[in-house]
Amino acid sequence: MKPTVPTHSAAVSAESVVQPSEPRYELRLYVAGTTPRSTRAIANINKICVEHLQGHYDLKVIDLYQQPLLAKGDQIIAVPTLIRELPPPLRRIIGDLSDALRQNKRLPKHVPRETWLRHN
Amino acid sequence: MLSKAATGIQGLDELTGGGLPSGRTTLLCGGAGCGKTLMAMEFIVRGALESDEPGVFMAFEENTGELAANFASLGYDLKALVAQKKLALDFVAIERSEIEAAGEYDLEGLFIRLGCAIDSIGAKRVVLDTLEALFTGLPDNVILRSELRRLFRWLKERGVTAIVTSERGERSLTRYGMEEYVADCVILLDHRVVGQIATRRLRIVKYRGTRHGTNEYPFLIDEGGISIIPIRSMALNYKAGTGRLSSGVAGLDAMLGGKGYFRGSSVLLSGPAGTGKTSLAGHLAHGASKRGESCLWFTFEESSSQIIRNMRSLGIDLDAAVRCGLLLFQAERATTYGLERHLATIHKMVGQFKPQIVIIDPVTTLSALGTALDVKAMLTRLMDFFKSRGITALFTSLTLGGSPEEATDAGGSSLMDTWLLLRDMQSGAERNRFLTIIKSRGMAHSNQVREFLMTDHGVELRDVYVGPSGDLLAGGAREALESEEKAQLLMRGQEIESKDRELERKRRAMEAQIALLQANFEVERAEVAKTIGQDQLRAGVLAGDRIHMAHLRQSHPGTKGKKPQRKPGGVS
Repeated sequence: MKPTVPTHSAAVSAESVVQPSEPRYELRLYVAGTTPRSTRAIANINKICVEHLQGHYDLKVIDLYQQPLLAKGDQIIAVPTLIRELPPPLRRIIGDLSDALRQNKRLPKHVPRETWLRHN
Repeated sequence: MLSKAATGIQGLDELTGGGLPSGRTTLLCGGAGCGKTLMAMEFIVRGALESDEPGVFMAFEENTGELAANFASLGYDLKALVAQKKLALDFVAIERSEIEAAGEYDLEGLFIRLGCAIDSIGAKRVVLDTLEALFTGLPDNVILRSELRRLFRWLKERGVTAIVTSERGERSLTRYGMEEYVADCVILLDHRVVGQIATRRLRIVKYRGTRHGTNEYPFLIDEGGISIIPIRSMALNYKAGTGRLSSGVAGLDAMLGGKGYFRGSSVLLSGPAGTGKTSLAGHLAHGASKRGESCLWFTFEESSSQIIRNMRSLGIDLDAAVRCGLLLFQAERATTYGLERHLATIHKMVGQFKPQIVIIDPVTTLSALGTALDVKAMLTRLMDFFKSRGITALFTSLTLGGSPEEATDAGGSSLMDTWLLLRDMQSGAERNRFLTIIKSRGMAHSNQVREFLMTDHGVELRDVYVGPSGDLLAGGAREALESEEKAQLLMRGQEIESKDRELERKRRAMEAQIALLQANFEVERAEVAKTIGQDQLRAGVLAGDRIHMAHLRQSHPGTKGKKPQRKPGGVS
């Protein structure tokens, strides 16, 4: 049996100070076991959510080793994959999200930092 | 010994000596529309149905509904196979527009999905169609490449026989160099258009640890799936028959050693337009049906009803043979398909109808469908196919006027056992047809040219006359000569008769003379006899007188008085 991470589900919606102008974020992060990459991805998404989406997000972390059948349903091939179900349109962010935090020069100019988080 | 997983695809198992390498990955590459997906799916479906090896088909381009619909037209019920747990379909959708990259990743998700699918049905076979979609959908080729390397290793560890399809690249076999990862078996599919006719071809680029055909083999896709027809002429090991088969024309049988063609041989009938090739073929079909033998006739230029009508004008009723199921026409425009499809159609029809005789009329129309090499290869394969089944095959070949002997190579004349040449020649104000046997392997055959006549009771062969200047006399010239000879014969007969009469007359005259002489002789003989009689009488009288005188004189009686007598003379 491969090592697994505890499933965080809808963890950190601490305050209910939801401003009506802020859209609700529904996020699912798929990882595979407790690889450094998985751990890094979980830490990154938590950090982003706390910093930017405080109070109006819903995050589920799914370990594919524990629930392999979910991979087919959400069309997962690469891990980690973060799916932004809401707000529309649907987005898939592939990778451990380090680039989203770092100001990464490899990202194209027209894709500003954390685009996927912005409401568009 | 490398163990192999039979594909069940017609011809491919022969080429590969049993199938794809078992437990390893095969790369199937080719351009768009050359049949990669179909071949891969056929491998999975036939594996599930025929080899009892369930399979996973992971599609990156078509969803499962599309796949099921597409393959329903080939008679594959994918949904039923899925329900029976013989097949697992998984559609992997990669929407580039939805995807953004943010850091390092791996393809563990794909591995997990594939692993799930394999475990769910106990799959032995896997298809990934087409992995390239990963390159267009996911960022960072460096990661992708190392993940693909891992994927191929993983497939091998799982012990599944896999096919990975891949797009053809411009300089390399595949666009993304997939061949680097697959070491065991690479098959290349190709779809080329030559002279407006598209032909699919297959080539085994490499197959580690096995002997395989290295050529390009045409293949085709029809309602039964893929079929590849390899050239099996390498093995010239068919059995030669010794039975004979009438050509349907008595005069031609006589020329062919009195018995006709060899059974199971191939016969080429070549000649320019309108020399009677189809008619001669019709005789063969008709003769076969009368013996209760079946004949399959592929016609590329005329419809069946046209042939039946035309043969009726020769007094030959092919309709009856068609009705009782001994003759089957397959009429198709040659240009409708490529060579390999014609070949496959012929294979299929022969397999279904199981004829003793096959007529291909004319084989030369097929030559427009490929290069001379292609056509010759096709003919070789056809002939081998017929011979291996003991089928007598008649090919008609249209030659252009001028030099009929030289212009027949399109008919593959060197491969044929019997080659009949039909010719027409103009003499005076008419054209006449001639037939010669150029070769007929394994039998004594006539070297004579015969005039070929089409009468209302079929084809007839006539001896030809050689005119005083050495040219052939046929048709009107022959008839003129014939009637002249007849007249001469009549005249000579009359001469003899009159000579006979003269002789008879002379004989009679002679006999009459003989009779006359005889009569004269009789007369003379009678006269002589009469004279003798008179003489004797006279002598007797004289003697009597003398005795009487002596007696009267009384002189020496008895001793004297007898004078020596003169005998009366002979015949006057």
